Amino acid sequence: MKELPLQVEVKSKKVFKVSNLTKTRKRSDYFWAYLMIAPTMLGLFIFYLWPIVQTFYFSFTEWGAFGQYEWTGLDNYKRMLEDTNLIKSFKNTGIYIIFTVPIGIFLSILVAVLLNQNIKGKSVYRTLYFLPVITMPAAIAMVWKWLYNSDFGLLNYLLSLFGIKGPQWASDPKIALYSIIVVGIWSGIGYNMVIFLSGLQGIPKTYYEAAEMDGAGPFRVFFTITMPLLSPVIFFVSIMSLIGAFQVFDLIFMMIGKSSTALENTQSIVYLFYQHAFVLNDKGYAAAIAVLLLIVILIITAIQMVLQKKWVHYD
Amino acid sequence: MERTRQLLTSKTFLIHLVLIVGSVAMVVPFLWMILTSLKTYAESIQVPPVIIPEDFQWGNYKEVFGLLPFFKFMYNTVIVTVLRTVGQLFLCSLAAYAFARIEFPGRNILFILALSVLMVPGQVFLLPQYMIMVKLGWLNSLQAVIVPGLFSAFGTFLLRQFFMGLPKELEEAARLDGCNHFQIYWKIMLPLAKPGLIALGIFTTLWSWNELMWPMIVNSSPESMTLSAGLSSLQGQYLTNYPILMAGSFLAILPMLILFIILQKQFIEGIAVTGGK
Repeated sequence: MKELPLQVEVKSKKVFKVSNLTKTRKRSDYFWAYLMIAPTMLGLFIFYLWPIVQTFYFSFTEWGAFGQYEWTGLDNYKRMLEDTNLIKSFKNTGIYIIFTVPIGIFLSILVAVLLNQNIKGKSVYRTLYFLPVITMPAAIAMVWKWLYNSDFGLLNYLLSLFGIKGPQWASDPKIALYSIIVVGIWSGIGYNMVIFLSGLQGIPKTYYEAAEMDGAGPFRVFFTITMPLLSPVIFFVSIMSLIGAFQVFDLIFMMIGKSSTALENTQSIVYLFYQHAFVLNDKGYAAAIAVLLLIVILIITAIQMVLQKKWVHYD
Repeated sequence: MERTRQLLTSKTFLIHLVLIVGSVAMVVPFLWMILTSLKTYAESIQVPPVIIPEDFQWGNYKEVFGLLPFFKFMYNTVIVTVLRTVGQLFLCSLAAYAFARIEFPGRNILFILALSVLMVPGQVFLLPQYMIMVKLGWLNSLQAVIVPGLFSAFGTFLLRQFFMGLPKELEEAARLDGCNHFQIYWKIMLPLAKPGLIALGIFTTLWSWNELMWPMIVNSSPESMTLSAGLSSLQGQYLTNYPILMAGSFLAILPMLILFIILQKQFIEGIAVTGGK
């Protein structure tokens, strides 16, 4: 307290110098700021921002065999309208999203709520559920393909114990997509669970104590306390899961063979993008698919942003 | 009293039951991977299946190393992962410090520009990135995987959040002592942002280790392949020889598994942080 007036005095003595000082200080500020952001901004510009512009441009071009391309206007976009493969890939991706996102979120909330109880062995459970998160999708796909194997796979063997003849999980065109969906859900639970768990830990214990005093049952507690207070986290996770599910590729690429009859019914938008861009050398069309993907994701995110006002509680 | 206790134990029993069923579903694929990797081919296609192989076929692992340059894949993946992670931590934190703690003209516009990258799905960048690599003559080289991965809008955003939360007094004191911004960043801010750095580090490590599409596009020669793409080519060669495929898969995930077991707490907290912000 005593030192305060002294400081004021010092400041007032220096006052005539301040404007000069701030000027040089500001100049040095700018210098350091630009220097520090330069590498990242330059890298982002070269590898990310300018490519966005280029991809838009490429989506109006057609490519020849030797990397030359010519402007073809809206041709690629017109071609999309009649491309049954593309329409199919949208449908496949849509089905993948509709199942993996809600079921994945439901299961990870369930696990998180259970792990948030006062029970033994919490950290062991948490570790086990987290295992798929650190595992390479290529390896996950491989082991599941093996579990799904129709003749020698573990899954069909277990079913046979109950007298059920299991289907060809990964190669029957009617089933393969759903088999991939199961793997998608399985591998995503741990990641979302951890985020929900940290959200749950942010809910004050007093709320639950009050509810207990009122004699509320577990379901009531969940829907009147947990859900509303967790809703910002649920919103965040649902947006991230949706964007992630939109870009599903690794699992399909590794699980479904290039000549599999199930490919048509499982290939996602990004799979098709990859095919056109890097296998068929149809880069103009691939660019158009990427642009379409961008637009669809932006629209859906925008819709979610609008809808969130109806169910997400911030306080 | 007795009734509530019974109710309680039956409740915890139910919770454990659900969690155990889930855990089994999580673990069985991994166990099956390891068990299969130690079987002979004949054992792997036996019906009913052999659960525990008669003799552990360690030779399967030898075969993976022998027929594919799997050591090379692993070495490549380690190099790529380490350089990307270290590079990103340094470059992102530098930029994040400037965005969070220094006022300069154009700060908001530049930051929004960086953020806009976050809104765009990765596939939009791939074609032009690929063409840059062709122009530089970088196809089939490790730098093709490393260099674009050094820059991250996500990392910059995440660390900026951390730097913004630190008190201003620290900085003022250092400035009075005559520190410049780099010194403040290096000596004061970086140690304080450790949780953020760990989170980003883990996130980037996982991402680089597991990524499939980009490494597969730019590197098709075994010399510069990473593990994910290597597994895909292993699958191409061995089709249904699952003991070999499982041995390869297990080798590919083992380093991350070990890292996870050692740094469990950091992994889980790190993911919670990257998701929660």
